[in-house]
Formats: sequence, C-alpha cells, structure tokens
Amino acid sequence: MLLQEATTLAHPLSGSIAELVWLVPVLPLIGFLINGWLSLSAAAPIGPKDPSAAGHDAHGQEHGQQHDAHGAHGDDHHTVARHKYAGIVSIVGPGVLALSFGLSVAIFMAMLGVSHEAPFVRTLFSWMPAGELSVDAALQIDPLSMVMTLVVTGVGTLIHLFSVGYMRDDPGYPRYFAYLNLFIFFMLVLVLGASYPVLFVGWEGVGLCSYLLIGFWFTDKANADAGKKAFIVNRIGDFGFLVAMFLLFANLGALDFVGVSDAAPSLGFNSALATTICLFLFLGCAGKSAQIPLYVWLPDAMAGPTPVSALIHAATMVTAGVYLIARSAFLFSLAPVAQLTVAFIGGLTALFAATIGLKQWDIKRVLAYSTVSQLGYMFVAVGVGAYVAGVFHLVTHAFFKALLFLGSGSVIFAMHRAYHATHNHDDAQDMRNMGGLRRYMPVTFILMWIATLAIAGIPVFSGFFSKDEILASVFARAHESTLAQVSWLGIPGSTVLYVIYGMALGAALLTAIYMTRMMIYTFHGPNRTGEKEQSHLAEAPWIMTGPLVVLGVLSVFGGWLNLPAIMPLGPIQVLDHWLEPVVGPATVAVTGGAAHLDHSTEYMLIGAAVAIAIAGIVIAFVRLKPERLVPKAQAPDEQGIERVLRDKYYVDELYDRTIVKPTVWASRNVLSTGIDQGIIDKLLVTYIGAGIPRMFGWFGSRLQSGQLGTYAWVLLIGVIAVLGAFTFR
Amino acid sequence: MVAESLALSAVLFTIGAIGVLVRRNAIVIFMCVELMLNAVNLTFVALSKVYGMEGQVFVVFVMTVAAAEAAVGLAIIIAIFRHRQTVNLENINLLKG
Repeated sequence: MLLQEATTLAHPLSGSIAELVWLVPVLPLIGFLINGWLSLSAAAPIGPKDPSAAGHDAHGQEHGQQHDAHGAHGDDHHTVARHKYAGIVSIVGPGVLALSFGLSVAIFMAMLGVSHEAPFVRTLFSWMPAGELSVDAALQIDPLSMVMTLVVTGVGTLIHLFSVGYMRDDPGYPRYFAYLNLFIFFMLVLVLGASYPVLFVGWEGVGLCSYLLIGFWFTDKANADAGKKAFIVNRIGDFGFLVAMFLLFANLGALDFVGVSDAAPSLGFNSALATTICLFLFLGCAGKSAQIPLYVWLPDAMAGPTPVSALIHAATMVTAGVYLIARSAFLFSLAPVAQLTVAFIGGLTALFAATIGLKQWDIKRVLAYSTVSQLGYMFVAVGVGAYVAGVFHLVTHAFFKALLFLGSGSVIFAMHRAYHATHNHDDAQDMRNMGGLRRYMPVTFILMWIATLAIAGIPVFSGFFSKDEILASVFARAHESTLAQVSWLGIPGSTVLYVIYGMALGAALLTAIYMTRMMIYTFHGPNRTGEKEQSHLAEAPWIMTGPLVVLGVLSVFGGWLNLPAIMPLGPIQVLDHWLEPVVGPATVAVTGGAAHLDHSTEYMLIGAAVAIAIAGIVIAFVRLKPERLVPKAQAPDEQGIERVLRDKYYVDELYDRTIVKPTVWASRNVLSTGIDQGIIDKLLVTYIGAGIPRMFGWFGSRLQSGQLGTYAWVLLIGVIAVLGAFTFR
Repeated sequence: MVAESLALSAVLFTIGAIGVLVRRNAIVIFMCVELMLNAVNLTFVALSKVYGMEGQVFVVFVMTVAAAEAAVGLAIIIAIFRHRQTVNLENINLLKG
C-alpha cells in the first residue's frame, strides 16, 4: 500500500540525471572559487617585471597607464599586462560553464523522454524553518526553467569564450572570470529556484555581480559611479519584489511556486489584493529589467567590459523580470489591470528608448537603448498574457543581442588596438570615429548584419518570428480577451491595447532605423579612424569570432523554435507546446479560449510588421549620409530635437534635480547636520551621554581630597551613624 | 572590676580615635591606632571574665596582627620619609581626585 502511494507520487524525473540539477549552478560556483582564489593569491603587483608578461614592454605599460588617466568614459581595455595565471583561468572560467551547459542539455534530454506536466522539485535542505514560514533551498525543473537554464548556460558559455580573447590582457583577468562565474551561479539560482525567496537570492546575487562588473575598472570614477547607480536603482525595484513576497505570504501562506499557484485563485479575479501584489512584483521587474521609470541605470551599465554588457545587460540578467512575470503567470492572469499596466509600461519603454537610440554616438549606448526597447517588447508580451511570445522573444533576443554586443566588442577591440598602436587617445567607442570597417572586419560585418536584420524583424531571421508573435498577440487581445473588457484608469482595455500595438509598431520602425544607422556609421562609408590607424584595423582572433559565428547561426534559425501555424517551415509552435504546462492555463485565462485570428488578419499583421521593418531600413539608408560624418573631435554640436535625443530627454538631469539632489541635500542638512551631528552627537552624546556622567564625576572627585584626616572623619561619622542607626531603631 | 576596665578601655579608645583624627604626623597617628587596638584588647580581656576564654584567645590574634601591621606600617612610613623628607600627612595627598 505504502509502496503504491510512493510510486504514484514519484515524479517521472526522479532517479534520473535531473537529480543532479544542483550541480548545474554549483559548477560555476566552483569556478568562482578557483578564479577568485587565483585572483587573490596573485594580488602582488603584476606588470612588465613579471616574466609571464613577455611581449609587453615597459613602454606599453606606461602607455596603458597614460590611457587610464585619459580615458574619459567607459573605454574598454586599459593597462596591458597579462596575468600570470591567465592560462589556468582561460580553462577554468569557460570550462565550468561548458560542463554546466552539458549537464543542462542532459537534463533537457531526460525531460524530453518523460511527461513533464508537473514541475520536478529537488529539495536540497531546509533553509528557513521559522514558525509558519518554511522555505526550502529547492530547485525546480519545469519547461520554463529549462529554457532559461539552456539560454543562460549556452549563451553564457559563448560569451565566456569570447571573453577569453577580449579580456586576456587585462591585469584583472582572474577577477573578471571569478565575477562572471559567480554571476552565472546566481543567475542559475534565479531561474532554477523553486520558490520566491530562492529566486530572490539569485535576483540579488546577479545584482551584486552586475555592480561588480560594471565597476570592473573601478579606478575610473565614472565606472564606479555607474556601478553604484545600477545597484541603487535596483534597490527600488527590490523593495517592490519584497513587498510582493510579504503580501503573498501574509495572504496565501506559501512562497514556493507550486504552493502559491495552488492557492492563488483564493485572491479572487481582478481583486485589489491581486492587483497590488502584481504591481509590486512588476516594480521589481521594472528595476531589474530596466523599464520606465527605472531604466536609467542600464545605459550607464555600459561602463563595464563589453562581454559583460552582452551577458548580463542584454542576454540574461535584464530578462529576469520577464522570467519572473512568466513564472508568476498564475498571479497576473488574476489581475488584468496590472497586466495592462505591465503591457503599457512595456510599450512606452519600447518606443521611448528607441527614440533615444536614434541619436546616440557611442556604439554600446545604441545597443543599450535597443536592449531597453526590446525588453519593453517582452513586457508587452507577458503583459498581454502572451507568455510564450515573451519567453520566445527573450530567447531570440538573447541570441541576436548577445551577437550585437559581442560584435560591437569585436569592433571596439579592433579600434582600441589601432589607437593603442598609434598612441592615439581618441574615443574607441564613438561611431563617428569608425566607418568603413567592413573592409577590415568582414566576418564581424556579416554577422552584425544578420543580427541587425533579426532585431529589425526581417522574415526568416529569428527576431521576425518572436516580434511578430508579440504584435499579433497584442492585436488579438485587443480584439477579444479578458483584458479588453476591463477598464484601465478609466480607459477601455481594448483601446489601451490598440495604443500599445501602435507603440510597438512605432518602436519596430525606430528599431530598424537606429540599428541600420549603427551599421551604416560603423561598417559602411569611408573610414574616419585616421590615416595611421587604418593599417592597424583588423579582425579579432578566432576565439572571439568563433562564438560570434555560433550566435549568428542561432540568430538566423532561432525562429524555428516557435514557428507560427500559418508559416509551416518546419514543426510549428514547438515552444508553445513545450511551455504549455507552465503558462498554458494562465494564457487561456486571458484569452478566454478565444479562437485565433483568422488567417487573412494574421497575414495582414505580418505584412504590416515586415513593411515597417523594411521601411525603417530603407529610410535609414536614404536619409543617412556616412560620407558627411566627421570624426568626434571635429563634430559640430547637435541642435533642437537631435540634441534632446542625444541628451536622452534629460531624464538623468530630471532625476538628478528632483530625486538625487534633494536626497543629498536632505541627507547632508537634515540627516547629517541635523540629526546625526545635532541630535545624536551633540544632544545625546556630548550633553546627555558625556555631560551628566562628567558632572557626577566632578562631585565624586571632590570627595577624593587625598587628605587622610578627612577620610578618617568621614569614616568616624559613618561608624557613628551606623551605630546610631542600630541603637535607635 | 569589669565596669572599671570597660570604662578605661573606652577612655583609651577615644583618646586613640581623637589622636587619629586631629594629628598630622604619621608616626603619631600610627601610635594612636595601636592605642585603639589595645583598648579593644582590654575590652576582650575584661569581658572574658564574664563570657569565657574566647576573648583572651582573640587578644593573642589581635596582638599578632598588630605586630605584623606595625612592621609593614613602619616600613611604609620610612619609605615615604626617604622619598619626601616628611611624614606630615597634609603633604602626602597624591591620591586626590
């Protein structure tokens, strides 16, 4: 009897390789420990005196330091001095991640063979047993966490390999890989965690690693400040996440995903409580995934090394917010108002960031605003309950945006090498200093164009399918869904959804324009790097271009993950079926089981999206004249709207005036001078804490006259008093 | 006989106590302390006539301790005198607050 019960309860994955799921995050953790130890054990000064730094003469070192002092902002590659443990680190860093990826694939294979309707939860140990609250350190395998794990470890491995080439000559090489491995560990805890608190540990951990890696070249104050900005802005979001967790526990009494999803319906559909919880969760997502109003940290995060921007600030960490909403789909389907908020903020961010991207000159900043914009797309998708579309775009975006960032890293690497060779201190990341690079870097050129076509949404490239699915979902929801029936701030839901659709289309047009602009200015037209520098421009080594090629292939064929039913180029809707157990019910709750759009509408939507993408590319080619560009040093100042866009709508300045400055003022004048120095230091410490004891001490010290006669008198009087008290009581 | 002895010891004790209080010379004070101790000894002996032998036993103890105290006390006074050329307690007030 007992045995029978056990067999019915056992998950089909128990006993398989999935039991080893804990090893997936632990492997990068081991890498972190090894690399961190190597970094610390070699903390002694390294440089030209070090024999392993052969090939880099003292002159080169000196030059690097000059450059350090000169580097205005976020300039990659500073000192050139290969670390003495660079060899071991190059094997351990990417190696642990490759093992982790291999194990993830093995678990994925094991999942394919069996039914995975219910999540497989592997409890490692009891983490926080405290009264009614009991949280286990448990990992959960289900289709959604598996997709994320494969993306994180797969794309992560490629970026680690690229980093080997990109960062090898940096003196902080082991430290870099230690942070990178630690990041992967926390990211895997985030995606594999089986409860909100475990997810939150990963959530905070990736924030920490993001901070460490943005400020990797912390000797430059701008970089350290960018790290702090990212960390502080994220704290605002984390506050929302924490409040959401408190509310969940207070009202549902559970924090693990299985428990919460079972108890969630008791919150009630469209109840104020469900909406509040979801909005607080979304505040957390807005911080982590850089949505309005908390997006400001992501462009500044480009101060970190470029592979970091690719891994953390494009492919993985910033998508955690999308993952969290997809993971909490059962909650969001109860709160249509919160869903519309998510979708609207997403649409607004997509459009807003895309306009800023139009006028940025720093190649990485274009990509940063593009990332903010594409994240907005994902939030539109998960906001309208198209969770599969959101995750699909997350995956394809991880491919093509990682490719774009790594490609830009390759470009910056070449530019920097050229400037380094000629002792030029110009900005290696400014597109006005590039131009015509296709002649020098043909491989990067072709791959970057593939990614550009993918992000613009040109058919057969991966981005086309995911973006189209999002647009179609928004349109379909506006047509018929539970979202269309509720009112949002007094506006009918369907109107809001049509507006969001319009914003998403506008963002698609702008995406095509700014991406093509970036390509034209970087790779087309005449070269503006400089006469002497041109001969030093060259393609990056194979260790860097290799991962780019793999990502290029994924960017082309990533769309095959989830082909729409009307375009049967292969097995259709694979991802839809795969994620069905996780987000299927929540999606149906939103659509109300409505039928798909009819084929003619769907073809029309696809046609509109493709036309807009092509229009954007054509506009960019017609309007932009790379021949007229001049290098950064001679460039005239922009005027009017161009200047507003270049200066990012002055949002940073606005935040500085309205939030940062008043906070600093209040901290300095009220908290520091008033409370800390005035009340605590003066009143409590100097007057009460020190003054009163000093007064008693003064009286006490008067009694100690040092005159033995006085003591004898006092003693006698005391004796007489005591005797008198005994006698006359 | 007991009453007279107690009266004498009271007188001796008072003289000793007043000496401790009013004199400034360390040697004199020291002698007054001895006087007080011996006044107490006299009380012990006198009362032992009434209460038994224990008082006399105590006197032996007191004399032993007084002898030890005299040795240590005189040594200290001599050390102070060597150091400061005086035994006037008004001048010895280093331990004031």
